[in-house]
Formats: sequence, C-alpha cells, structure tokens
Amino acid sequence: MNGGQDLGGMHGFGPVAPEKDEPRFHAEWEKRVFGLAMAMGLSGTWNLDASRSAREALPPGEYLTSSYYAIWLKALERQVQHHGLVTPEELSTCTASAPAAPVKRVLRGEEVALLFARGFPSDRPVPDPARFSLGDRVRARRINPVGHTRLPRYVRGHIGTVEAVHGGFVFPDTNAQLAGEAPQWLYTVRFCGRDLWGDQAEPGHSVSVNAFESYLEALEPERIA
Amino acid sequence: MAHHHDHDDHPHGTHPASELSPMELRVRALESILVEKGYVDPAALDALIETYETRVGPHNGARVVARAWVDPGFRARLLADATPAMHELGVGGRGGEHMVVVANTPEEHNLVVCTLCSCYPWPVLGLPPVWYKSPPYRSRAVIAPRAVLAEFGLTLPAAQRIRVWDSTAELRYMVLPMRPAGTEELDEPALAALVTRDSMIGTGLPLTAERIA
Repeated sequence: MNGGQDLGGMHGFGPVAPEKDEPRFHAEWEKRVFGLAMAMGLSGTWNLDASRSAREALPPGEYLTSSYYAIWLKALERQVQHHGLVTPEELSTCTASAPAAPVKRVLRGEEVALLFARGFPSDRPVPDPARFSLGDRVRARRINPVGHTRLPRYVRGHIGTVEAVHGGFVFPDTNAQLAGEAPQWLYTVRFCGRDLWGDQAEPGHSVSVNAFESYLEALEPERIA
Repeated sequence: MAHHHDHDDHPHGTHPASELSPMELRVRALESILVEKGYVDPAALDALIETYETRVGPHNGARVVARAWVDPGFRARLLADATPAMHELGVGGRGGEHMVVVANTPEEHNLVVCTLCSCYPWPVLGLPPVWYKSPPYRSRAVIAPRAVLAEFGLTLPAAQRIRVWDSTAELRYMVLPMRPAGTEELDEPALAALVTRDSMIGTGLPLTAERIA
C-alpha cells in the first residue's frame, strides 16, 4: 500500500541522528513488545508479511509520529483483536473474560534458542523456469495495490538491470493476506541513480532492490553485458 | 516514526504501578491478557528478550569479517553464498536465513537500507539501531547516500561509486569492509575488534589499528 512506511526518496525528515552507545532497547516496555510480537508471530495465526502489513496500515500521520516499538504494539493490538484472540473489553479491563481461541502453536521457552538459531527460511520451490536472466533490462511495473507489497514507489515505472536471480521465495503480497505463499522467482534489480532521481541524483550511485517476478515486465530483448 | 525516540518510560521498570507510563501500562495489559489466555509462555518472552538483548550482536558480524580478511577461501565462499559460509562460524538464524555479503572496493562502496521497514541482518548485527529504522535514514539513503554518509562523518572519494542495497525481500545484506592498512601483524581477534557495526552497514569504515592501540 502507498502508506507511511514507503519512505524511499522523501524529503523533510532532517538529518540522521545516530545515538552514541545506543542501548538495545530504550524502555522496559519495548522489550516486552518485541518479545510479544516474536512469540505471537509464531502462533500460526498470521505471518511475518501480515505483521508488516498491519504496521503499515496505520494512518501515515500516526505511523510517522510513532516510535518503532509503538508501531509494533499498535499493530499487535489490532492483530490479536482482528483474529478474535482478545476482545476489546479484555484489553481495556486487563482481565480475560472470553474463552481462549485455538492457536496452532504456543512458543515455549525451551524452544526459543533452537528455533531462532535455525531461523525460518522463506525460499520455496517454483515449478516454472525464471522468466528473466542476468543482464536483462526490465521495468518495475506501475502498480498501486491497496494491500501489502514490497515494490517501493520510487522504483515503479523505472527501468533497471537484473543482476541476480535468487530462486523462489514466498510472495509477500498474497502471504500478507493469508491467501497463500504463492512463491515466485526473486531477483535483484539495479537502477541507476540518475534514472530514479533525474538531475537531482548524486553522481555515481545506484540502488538495487529485491523484486518478485510479477513486479517486473520485460523490455525489448536487449541484453546488457 | 518519531525521529527522536519516545523516552516516555522510566528506565528501570521497577517503579510502582502508579508511576508507570501510559505505554508501560498499555503493554502490561496486552502481555497479561496474552499470557493469561495461554497464547504466550512467559519463559519464551524472557528467552527472546535475553537472546536479542545480550547474545546476538555485531560481534558476530565482526568475526565473519575478520575471518574473510585472513582467509581468502572463506572470503570467496562468503561472497559466493554467504549463508552456508557464515554457518561455518556458527553464525545464522532468524533474520539471516538468506544472507548476501557485498564487498567494498576502492572503486565501490556499499550501503544497506530498508526503506519499507527495518530489515536488518540480525544474526550478524543484532537488532537495528533506532536511526536505521527511522525516516531520516530510510528516506534519504536511496536518494542522497553521500549526504547521509556525511552525517556519519564519512566522506568518500568522489570517484568511489556508491551501491545502495534496499532490503525489500527476505535477503539480508552485510557489507564486507576493506581491511585497514597497517593491520598485517594483527591476528583474527584483534582484527575483529576493528570491525564496527556501522562498517558492516556501510555508514562507517573499520577502525584503524592506531585507534585501537
């Protein structure tokens, strides 16, 4: 969606402000939100893409003025209510009054070390051959889905070069809607800074994104060596 | 996201409930309901927080970089297929299932960003700093990378091109910085001590041997 999360190329946020000796968390509640989001993410009720989608569904004004873990918290509150795990009354009264809904799994403390050291790969087999090859010139499609997508606005409509073919991966646009993993070929596409930003581009820079096959369309069969 | 972090909380979380911030109370409410209804095991929460607060951090990435500096075979494997190469050092896991390592050269400097959220290679760098997740960096790393680097005190030669990597899928990028000059005598742990978090994001360079000594 064209939401507050899609920041590439925006102006006006001021300089980057690195914090010296920054702590991993800035408040106790941030730790709890992090842990809760991780644990609930493994409940099988939703997935990582759905969580990203819930965060970026915050109105842009709210997204841009909320701290990082506040965004996580607001999204998690929405998700647990949307999926019927918690009622609004329970949240406001801080008392469980409705029966627990079934979840596919409850992450146990003793499972954390092994599961998180192993990770959760999102590569998947794709039966069809890749449509694009190294060096192909491709155009990022002009798409504006109201749902989750991972094609940032600043590359849409622009022409780039395929510089890596990564195999099949879970397609976030469908997965976020719990409509299936529908894996697609994933590519790295490199765009020249000047093609993206015109005369305002800084000299000598390029930007590469990871793009799913359906985000891309073929140009003339010209190959760049 | 607010550029300046919301310090709307007492730092130690040990104050009586009457002094807790609205955010602290709101999170406690959610946590107590989720635990009471059996969706969340408190031991899992503690393990998750402990893991990412204390165990996973840039020291892991520094070990990978130092090994790549001393072992050409490892460097080649790392650049060809980073995930299994890192597994050789016991480094991997959540947020780093599909790693890509990009090497700086005198001709080309690499810079990693996630304009759409906060994708970051957790197993090698830990959880990202606030600036990495905040609008000033996410908005401008792709359009004005040299200006952004200048805000980190890093001015690159004009002839050195900049390659920006926007982490828009589940691949996670780490920069392999160039080994600083004058470090020929250093062993692997000493080299790892030169490798800063920012040098693996691309917003900095490794420390020089003099700065450590």
